[in-house]
Amino acid sequence: MKNLLKSLGRWFDVRLSFSESLLPVLRHPIPRGAAGPMGWWYVFGSASMTLLLLQVLTGIGLALVYVPSADRAYESLLWLNYEQPLGWFLRALHYYAGSGMVVMVLAHMTQVFLHGAYKYPRELTWCAGVVLLLCTLGMFFTGQVLRWDPDAYWGLAVGGSMAGRVPGAGPQLVRLLLGGEVIGGDSLSRFFSLHVFVIPAALVIALAVHLWLVLKCGVNAPPAPGRGVNPKTYHAEYEEELKRGVPFFGDALLKDVFFSALAVIAVVALAAVLGPKGPTDPPDPTLGGANPRPEWPFLWLFALLSLSPPDAETFIILVFPLLLIAALFLVPFVSNRGERAPSRRPVAVLSVIVIYALFGALTYEGATSPWSPEMTAWSGAAIPERLVEASSPVELQGAAVFQNKSCRNCHALDRVGGRRGPDLSRVGARLTRDQLIDQISNGTPGGGNMPAYGKQISPAEMSVLVAFLSSLRPEGQSAAAESAK
Amino acid sequence: MHETHDVVGNDSLPSSPAPGRRSFFRILTGGLSAVASLVVAAPLVEYLFGKRTREIPWAPLGALQDFPLDETRQVTFDNPIRQPWDGLVSRVSVYVRNEGQDAAGEPRFLVLAVNCAHLGCPVSWFPQSGLFMCPCHGGVYYADGERASGPPPRGLFHCVWRVRAGRLEIQAPHYPTLQDTLDEPA
Repeated sequence: MKNLLKSLGRWFDVRLSFSESLLPVLRHPIPRGAAGPMGWWYVFGSASMTLLLLQVLTGIGLALVYVPSADRAYESLLWLNYEQPLGWFLRALHYYAGSGMVVMVLAHMTQVFLHGAYKYPRELTWCAGVVLLLCTLGMFFTGQVLRWDPDAYWGLAVGGSMAGRVPGAGPQLVRLLLGGEVIGGDSLSRFFSLHVFVIPAALVIALAVHLWLVLKCGVNAPPAPGRGVNPKTYHAEYEEELKRGVPFFGDALLKDVFFSALAVIAVVALAAVLGPKGPTDPPDPTLGGANPRPEWPFLWLFALLSLSPPDAETFIILVFPLLLIAALFLVPFVSNRGERAPSRRPVAVLSVIVIYALFGALTYEGATSPWSPEMTAWSGAAIPERLVEASSPVELQGAAVFQNKSCRNCHALDRVGGRRGPDLSRVGARLTRDQLIDQISNGTPGGGNMPAYGKQISPAEMSVLVAFLSSLRPEGQSAAAESAK
Repeated sequence: MHETHDVVGNDSLPSSPAPGRRSFFRILTGGLSAVASLVVAAPLVEYLFGKRTREIPWAPLGALQDFPLDETRQVTFDNPIRQPWDGLVSRVSVYVRNEGQDAAGEPRFLVLAVNCAHLGCPVSWFPQSGLFMCPCHGGVYYADGERASGPPPRGLFHCVWRVRAGRLEIQAPHYPTLQDTLDEPA
């Protein structure tokens, strides 16, 4: 029996040459340091790959039921959520494993950056990694469109409007993006093809290059202060290092497997507890109250362009992301030698801290989006009682005008309402009656954030509104006009 | 040795044709490959970037008396520019305002696309304040569609309208963007 198996194995090996190709790959040595405790830093790349595998599995599963047609996609999503056994779980897992993949890719990149692992001779490994990051983000963006709810529809609208700003080629790009003159079935099919065929193909090719380069260049040794990279002596040093190396396939891989298993359990738990994301309402463009939000990996960009001055906006939409991508590609070409240890590279460490702080703050802003008016506040948010309990009839009239003219959509009272303009709970102490009239009539000078209400409001409405607003001041504080005298 | 043998012109060897024949075959192969690539690439490019040319259809919005003077009404209709399988997304809204009559006594209408000129989000009409407001970044427009405040670089997009047999019609709207508006398409 044993002999039979052995001869069968030989039969295949003569034809497949595994012992010449795959076996050396599995047995090739890696630096001893990478297999020690420092090896825990090396687990994020393999975890990204594990989650990618999960994405492929759940993606194929979802494609068995999902219908990429504008008139049926939404129904097929509801079917997945409520009828298909565990369809809700597959949808949830596809979302959270995808999110996890973005997190792992970023963690992997950060580790590689901090350990200087992108330096000679691994510059191209880094570049292939940047392509993988872009593919991962591309999958996230196109996947959101397949959810085919109002967020998907208006997300396409925003994407189209951005593409439409490209000088000259704008209209052609819009048509290329939407697959036609309107947002419709062709747009969905287009994003389905991108999500299922085009980007996965690019991702797999980039991954193959990335892995081949990892094997070709060998696993990097953990950085040691004072032992920088010198391209002239690097290969000899690395060979020396490998003499006391450990096999790649073995205990060195144990940490990767351990961490990948943890990552899988984490995203499965998230999916089981939090459930699938959307779809929200049916994709009816005439439903009011649309307020599209990009998915979380893009909230920082959403915030950045919302906070930017209108003059810089087209630049931030069109050029800034390209500059950012170019900067990522250029990292290993700016510095590909010298120190690798984070303790000797304060600028690198500081950049990571600053970049994460910046992106974190922008993401928070994007998630809360204080620049968006609250479209239902004018009728939905009552005036806080404390502000009107001592009001005169005229001031009460003014309060009604304040709500009716939808001021509340942008101006909060006691922090309830829109946050696009300032909270007006104390405005009476800040602005005189004349200043209030000027502000309301003319809006922000030069057509800034506040519209001019001059033609939208009658003199009677204006006088009661100003009476109400100047009554809004902390107890015991006199109106701004009187204190100015 | 073998090579020099060739140069001397031993044509009888089938495995080593004369240099003239070989380079001819090289050029021929290159040319054929180029033609093969072109006849595949050209249709693909046209398929991907080609634009169907046809007359823009007109969409009926309703009888003239449905639009009271100086009031803004939201009208929803099925966009004739659609695929048969578009489903709900072919439902499009526009804002219609009856602006009375011009000097010649002809009816005057203002038909505005709902898409904000900033990034395309749908604006809402607030009749009490006479303003359109965009939920995304707070763009605001007056009743005539002109920009009032916020980030939009221009006013709302105007649809092309006409009156036929007592009914208001508009040219089926494509998705309007800054360089491809509804009254001045790219």
